[in-house]
Amino acid sequence: MKHLVIAGYGMVAQRFLEALTERDGTHWQVTVLAEEHRPAYDRVRLTSWFEGAELDLGGPPPGVQVRLGTPAIQVDRERKLINGEIPYDALVLATGSRPFVPPFPGAESCLVYRTIEDLEAMRAAASGKKTGVVLGGGLLGLEAANALRGMGLSTHVVEFAPRLMPMQVDEGGGAILKRHIDALGVTVHTGRGCVGVDRHIMTFADGGTLEADVVVIAAGIRPRDELVDLPKGPRGGYLVDESCATEDPAIWAIGECAALQGVCYGLVAPGYAMAEVVADRLTGGTATMATPDTSTKLKLLGVDVASFGTPFAEGLDVVITDQVTGVYAKLLLTDDAQTLLGGILVGDAAAYPSLRACLGGPLPASPLSVLSGQTSTPLNDGAQVCSCHAVTKAQVTNAITLGCADVPALKECTKAGTGCGSCVPLLKQLLTECGVQQSKALCEHFDLSRQELFDVIRVRQITSFNLLIAEHGRGRGCDICKPAVASILASMSNGYILDGEQAALQDTNDHFLANIQRDGTYSVVPRIPGGEITPDKLIVVGEVARDFGLYTKITGGQRIDLFGARVEQLPQIWRRLVDAGFESGHAYGKALRTVKSCVGSTWCRYGVQDSVRLAIELELRYRGLRAPHKIKSAVSGCARECAEARSKDFGVIATEQGWNLYVGGNGGFKPRHADLFLTDVSTEDLIRTIDRFLMYYIRTADRLQRTASWIEAMEGGLDHLREVIIDDSLGLCAELDAMIARHVESYADEWRETLDDPQRLARFVSFVNAPDTPDPEINFTFERGQKVPR
Amino acid sequence: MKTQWTLVCPLERLQPERGAAALIGSIQVALIRTYDGAVFAIDNRDPLAGAQVMSRGIVGSRGDAPTIASPLHKQVYDLRTGECLDVPGVSLPTYPVRCNGGLVEVAVS
Repeated sequence: MKHLVIAGYGMVAQRFLEALTERDGTHWQVTVLAEEHRPAYDRVRLTSWFEGAELDLGGPPPGVQVRLGTPAIQVDRERKLINGEIPYDALVLATGSRPFVPPFPGAESCLVYRTIEDLEAMRAAASGKKTGVVLGGGLLGLEAANALRGMGLSTHVVEFAPRLMPMQVDEGGGAILKRHIDALGVTVHTGRGCVGVDRHIMTFADGGTLEADVVVIAAGIRPRDELVDLPKGPRGGYLVDESCATEDPAIWAIGECAALQGVCYGLVAPGYAMAEVVADRLTGGTATMATPDTSTKLKLLGVDVASFGTPFAEGLDVVITDQVTGVYAKLLLTDDAQTLLGGILVGDAAAYPSLRACLGGPLPASPLSVLSGQTSTPLNDGAQVCSCHAVTKAQVTNAITLGCADVPALKECTKAGTGCGSCVPLLKQLLTECGVQQSKALCEHFDLSRQELFDVIRVRQITSFNLLIAEHGRGRGCDICKPAVASILASMSNGYILDGEQAALQDTNDHFLANIQRDGTYSVVPRIPGGEITPDKLIVVGEVARDFGLYTKITGGQRIDLFGARVEQLPQIWRRLVDAGFESGHAYGKALRTVKSCVGSTWCRYGVQDSVRLAIELELRYRGLRAPHKIKSAVSGCARECAEARSKDFGVIATEQGWNLYVGGNGGFKPRHADLFLTDVSTEDLIRTIDRFLMYYIRTADRLQRTASWIEAMEGGLDHLREVIIDDSLGLCAELDAMIARHVESYADEWRETLDDPQRLARFVSFVNAPDTPDPEINFTFERGQKVPR
Repeated sequence: MKTQWTLVCPLERLQPERGAAALIGSIQVALIRTYDGAVFAIDNRDPLAGAQVMSRGIVGSRGDAPTIASPLHKQVYDLRTGECLDVPGVSLPTYPVRCNGGLVEVAVS
């Protein structure tokens, strides 16, 4: 077997490994030499690491040997040997770049912005400081500024060029961008150069000074091309041809360390394309690089910025500057106005996917109407829909013809939309154009989705299913829409769920406040918050089970489930439990089930926080909260994670400083690890965030959609969620907070409410004409000392 | 043969769009009152699961048909005919039912 070594393990190397695996590169024995101590991560989203985002890219494919913390430091081309010990038949250089640090006095005391270690250093340096200055007003600089601002520092951006993002936008776009960023409280200094930093004072070439507790340099990158002595491009980087081959036939270069026909590209998309080309070549193919697409669309400090094609070339331009709404747009066309060459969008980049797909061809309508969004842009078949994975319109429409009926199916089938995600709206548009009806109707009785029904009920303050279906639906409902509406009504009002016509909406479990089993009997689960129970209460549970002859089992949620209760026995069982201080555990409801916990710092020698106390507080706060589906939670007292919090809808793991919050986990049919959402927060911040997370979920999820698939289906994913419930981008937070406050205030135990009211008790009979006669067909046999259905 | 009517309960014991089980001899019947006030009687046994649970299903409509869904696995049945609308060939027995002076009566032969 031949040896393939990859020097460097960043995003491009990761893509290369995946591309090689897809092409069945099994005749290569692959070794990756990584300088960093972790597998490739998503450097494009580096800033979101501060908000707790998971940057992991999935690690190496099976069979690949990765040596972390072991950079390639010496290559012997004669003997084809790396670091004196690792032989290669082919070597792929993917060493990336390093931050460029201008040589001014004091530069060595400044931070840079490229790796997770850099971010850790930045967070440590910013702790307790007041001002932060970023040198460099490009893409990375603005990301770094966002991070400093997020850490509460008064933030400045210093850019030597006369405008921000000089590589991507022109003067007009830069001016609009500056207005947006000024408005966020970040001070922008353009046209100024730093000549030195000394004792937290930055000095400019013009003699001015600026207080700077923390200085981050983001003044560009330089290719790392010192490992092998091979010809370089004019501005550095290993010189490669259109097949990404260097002068040495055994050595290839991809990504930021490569100078493709002399030019280095500091964007991930061209790097990915190079990875594909070399993977193809190493498996017998003949792929070559097209001219890389340097189009980019970003959200910097909440401002959309997009640049595509060659916006600085010669040609005819169309420019819109709207200082009122802060939107700038420029299109560049050839002199005959027939071909789109490029463009820049600032403040509103909605037109980006379709415009980018028109590059090199004519606009479908007049430039102004295209920019104003009045004309939708028909694409030709060869137009690239997804630039991350180089998927064309023809490939997407072909997949639709073959049966892909929604965006997740298209993602699975074509990979389109699985990179940066900016083409997802375009995928939806193509589905619509192909005549795929993406019905959101709940069922035959309502054309509205659950979210739309929620809004109708909320805005119109509807409290009755009969009114709702008369005005917004048809027929008499079914087992799909009735429980969904019952849940919405319960989320809105939190009253007793079985009064009046609401009783007719509930599924049998909610209707009898217990869980139906296959023989028609029910099981009963009292709430045991956090799984903590006194011996006395435990004895009561045992006595109840014994006296009513109930099969008894410990659940996965640290509770006790009592099986085999007949309808007419339920109130008697609850009476005993309620008198002993128990309440409903809502095991029957689409509601919060349980908050599991480990024993935490109270007993455990490893625990760093009191996980039991927090679990109980959370369980009591959200008990009875009706939701689109069941909600599970757990709290672990340390990173050992004994409570398995990451498999929960919301999970909390203790840290030395506070709590980490994870959201969107799931066991069940399709397990999913929860995503890290908050790091090292106080109990107060934690609970406020969970409040909003749950309420936003309840308001916007589909029927029977767990938080895991809700987040996966969310446009913008976790970033969007963060914008809504942390940054309050939709202005919803006050309302979400109020809804939770109302829930907490008005919670009442459903079992006790039922027991206290003879009318409510009336439904708990076996037969309407023989209320005391048990169902004669319920029969048991015995297994392992307990009764079970026959 | 003359139809034997059995008195079960006053009509107001039946909540609109909810069922109730009745025991007539050894037969378990599910009585269902629909939104428009009509009363239907079907067998209480879920023909697919075998348990006596039909009276605890959700009442609604499919097209023009008044329906009830099994509370166990949600198959939907036409209340008028007992025919299962989701699984071809499956149906449950229906029984004559009437409201006589505010009292519900069922005929089980």
